[in-house]
Order: sequence, then C-alpha cells, then structure tokens
Amino acid sequence: MHPLLLRVQHTFSTGVTNLSEWRGDVAVTVTRDKLREVAQFLRDDPGMDFDYIVHVSSVDWPDDEERFEVVWEFYSIRKRQRIRLKTRVPESDCVVDSLTDLWKGADFMEREVYDMMGIRFRNHPDLRRILMPDDYTEGYPLRKDFPLRGKGWRDTFEFLDEVQR
Amino acid sequence: MAFEDQRTTVYKINPEHPESESLPTLRTEELLLNMGPQHPSTHGVLKVILELEGERLVKSTPVMGYLHRGVEKLAEDGTYHQFIPHTDRLDYVCAMYNNFAYCRAVEKLLNLQVPERAEYLRTIVAEVQRIIGHQFWLSAQALDIGAMTVFFYCFRDREILLDWFDELCGARLTTSWYRIGGVERDLTPSLIDKLKQFLDYFPPKIDEYQVFLEKNRIWLGRTKGVAVISAEDAVNFGLSGPVLRGSGVDYDLRKYEPYSAYPKCEFSVPVGKNGDTYDRYWIRIMELYESVKIIRQCLEQMQEGPIMADAPSVTLPPKERVFTNLEAMIQQFKLFSQGFDAPPGEIYCGTEAHKGELGFHIVSTGGGKPYRLKIRAPSFIHMGAFDHMARGYMISDACTIFGTYDIVMGECDR
Repeated sequence: MHPLLLRVQHTFSTGVTNLSEWRGDVAVTVTRDKLREVAQFLRDDPGMDFDYIVHVSSVDWPDDEERFEVVWEFYSIRKRQRIRLKTRVPESDCVVDSLTDLWKGADFMEREVYDMMGIRFRNHPDLRRILMPDDYTEGYPLRKDFPLRGKGWRDTFEFLDEVQR
Repeated sequence: MAFEDQRTTVYKINPEHPESESLPTLRTEELLLNMGPQHPSTHGVLKVILELEGERLVKSTPVMGYLHRGVEKLAEDGTYHQFIPHTDRLDYVCAMYNNFAYCRAVEKLLNLQVPERAEYLRTIVAEVQRIIGHQFWLSAQALDIGAMTVFFYCFRDREILLDWFDELCGARLTTSWYRIGGVERDLTPSLIDKLKQFLDYFPPKIDEYQVFLEKNRIWLGRTKGVAVISAEDAVNFGLSGPVLRGSGVDYDLRKYEPYSAYPKCEFSVPVGKNGDTYDRYWIRIMELYESVKIIRQCLEQMQEGPIMADAPSVTLPPKERVFTNLEAMIQQFKLFSQGFDAPPGEIYCGTEAHKGELGFHIVSTGGGKPYRLKIRAPSFIHMGAFDHMARGYMISDACTIFGTYDIVMGECDR
C-alpha cells in the first residue's frame, strides 16, 4: 500500500471507509463527520503537509443511498505529492463541512460545487451561485436528472424573430 | 502599500481656519461601482462589483458566469474523442494547451503510451502555444496599463506563429490538433524550416519588447509593488503558473511531474521574489526564452517514428486510410458514435499550461462517455484571490490585476 494511505490508516481507526490507489492517484474516502478532522490532519501533519488545494469536484451517483460524492484534491509544494479526499452525502441532508478556513482557495471552488450540484457547505462565508445567474430556479445543472437541454427556462427568453430583424 | 482605513473620517475644510466652523462638513461615503461586464480590460465578459473609498478598493466581488456554456455537462453527453473540439473553446487564446491537457488526462485513464516522436511534437507545439499565450498576455497587459506600442510588436510576431498553426492544422485558434494517443499530423519539412527561422528571429524580439517596458517609468510604477501576494497566501489560494511562481514558490509541473518530452530537455523555471505584478511579468518574459530553448532541443533530439499510439481500439485511424479503406472508415465512425470502452475508475491529471495548472478530473464507469468530467481552470481559481489581491490598491490597479492573472473568461466560466 502507498505510504500516505498507510499513514492515514494508522492515524484514523474509524471514519475512513476506503483507501485506493489507481493509475498512481491516491484517494482516501472518509465519512462526513470525520471530514474536517482528516482534512486538518492532511494539512498540518508534517508527513502529509498538503498546503496546496488543487480543486473541489463533485460526482452524482443517483442510484446510491448516499447520492453525492464531494472530491477534494490536494498537493504538497514541499513534499511534491498528491492526495484525493472524498466523502459521500445523502440527498436528504446535502451538507458537508466547508474547508475554506483551512484553504482559502476552497471558497470559489466550493461555491461552484454548490452551484452545479446543490451540495451546501456548512460555515462557508459566502455560499451563493457563482456561474449560473443568482435568480436561477431550475435546480442544479450537473445532477444526472437534469436534462442536457435544460428545463425550459431558456425558451422563455424573448428574441426578435428573423422577419422583424 | 499601506492602506489607511478612512471610512469613518469626516473631513473639515481647513480646521485651522477660524471660519471653518461655519463651513459645512464634507460627507464621505463608500461608493459601489460596477466594473464590467463590458469593459475592455476584463478580457471577456466579467463583472466586478467594487466597493470604493475614494479611489481605493475596499472590497471587490467578482460576478462570473456570463460565458458559462455548460462544457462539463456537454462532456457527459459525448464520447471522449468528441470532447476535444470543446476544449478549444475553453481558453480560446491557447487551444493547443487545452487539447494537450485533455488528451493527457484521457491517456492516463486508459494507461496509454504515446510514441516518442508524438511526445516531441506535442512538446514543440505546446511551447509554441506558450509563446503565443505569453505574447498575447504581454500585449493585453501592456495595453491595459496604457503602453500601446508593445501590443503591435507582440501581435506582429504572434501572427507568424498563428500562420504556422494554420499550415499545421488548418486553423489559427481552434486547433484540435492533439489526438488521444498521439497527434493528428506530423510536421512537414516546410513547417520545421519555418519554425527554425522563427527561433532565430524571435529572441532579439523579446529583448525588443523589454526595451519598451523596462525603462518605461509608467510601466514600472504601475507594476512594481502592485497586487502583491505572499507565497503562503498564493499557495493557500491554490494559484498556479506564473502567478504562483512570482511569489517565489517553485512549482512547475513540467519540472516536478514531468510529462511528454520535458524530462529530456534542459530548461530552468524562473521564480520571482516579491510576488508583485512586475515579477510575474519578468517570469513570463523569461519563460519565452526558455520556450525557445525547449523547442530547439526537441527539434534536435526528435527522431523519425510513428505519431500515433498502436492501439487501434482507441486511437483514430489515419485520415488517408479513412477515405480509402472500408474497415478504417467503420472504425472511425464507431469511435465517434459509440466511443471506446474506457476502464472504470477515477483520475486527475494536471498539465502546466501557460496560465497555470490546467487539470482534468475524469470519472469513468466504463463505456464510451465520461461519467463526470471536471475542469480545473486556472483562470477561475485565480479569480478567487482577486479580492485578496486588490484590497487597498487604486481602482486603476484592478485592470492590472486582471491582466496579471492572464484570465480568459471562456476558461473561467467554462
């Protein structure tokens, strides 16, 4: 097993649900309540030292009980290593802890996840839509049950038809 | 630059003057100003709501999404090959690098080895694209600050390279030249000659760009000590590319997670000290010299060989065969309509584009289409640090900061 994964496994007896390594990418899946603790460990532990946030992403698995997966990717500038941190949230209680106080860059990235997937981040300083308009009410476009062509909001725009032009 | 909080100050006209008691006090208040969405220095359609105290920026709130086209959603609907032209439209100024980053990510997912000649070709074209990107950045940044001449000189030289792209793949901007497993076509002898000519022609021109700026008092005054960000903050915000290196953080994926032909080339990564706009400018200028060096080495080292990986189930057949051979045509049709069977899994692959780390996070559940594709766009992440970097500077410095990020809204809003 990858030394990073071993270290995570030894440090956390509970809360870590899956450790994986595929194509050289190291990933740790944790339960929602342990997320902050593990993230803090990844940032502050001298062996980990993940000071750089790469991106925050989200995946929708509609058939699963815990529908959404939130993915953080971290890099260590000094140690030159990468790790992926994942957690799952159910649709009924779509909230995870925000990591904005640990990595300031998470601010915009988490807003994007909220905008696109509808996952709310607890203690986020400014959780608003970022790419879609503020008054957008059709839901969250990257969910799998959102149709590719949208839900009809665009058809309500009044365009000049060609004859008038 | 020190910033005094004057929000509560009420000015009196000359308090020493005996009559000043009878004069009315001047009321001061914060001004809210919408900058954009249509503003020439926002490099696209970006709005920033600026809270001003006099001419100082107190707080700025970027409002983005005017160019949001749902590229990530579109990716889920098409096959892996079909997404390549979409990547052109991310950072439309430097399409080659987007193609490159995307193809690398898919190759990582498929565990596909690219032949050596293709790796060299990819590196050469990526570095040509980096030169174009930096020329475009320099001209736009200088124009934003008010130095117009550099713009014409940069565009004169950029045009040579865009014509070179035109000859290479038939397009100047939306190139789609990279393919999963290799590249679309080889360099012809004429292209290699033209590139060699350019490499001899270009380094004196970089000196020329500098002549316009290095001794220009306005340029120095508007870049030195402007938009300073410390190394610690830059890392914490997830900045990348020249913006991060300007703060003295040595982080370049070409060097530390080497890919393509970069490990076989000798080049240095310029790193700044002060984290101000001037250092970021200096880094990009130095990178132009480094790019020339890398292309020279690649052209010398490159050997004859195949330009596409030997994996017929994944890679597209050569165009000549598609038009003459039935099996090849069927293969091409199937690869575009159904796609290849990607293994289930999840990868992240970052590439050092000229703006910063351009990454693709792909989740596959098998089958011909990505289940989820997330683009880590450097422009978007840099905008996250805008408020932090702009606080306390003058309103005109806001334009400098857009410029120093080298943002392109197509990539920022995706």
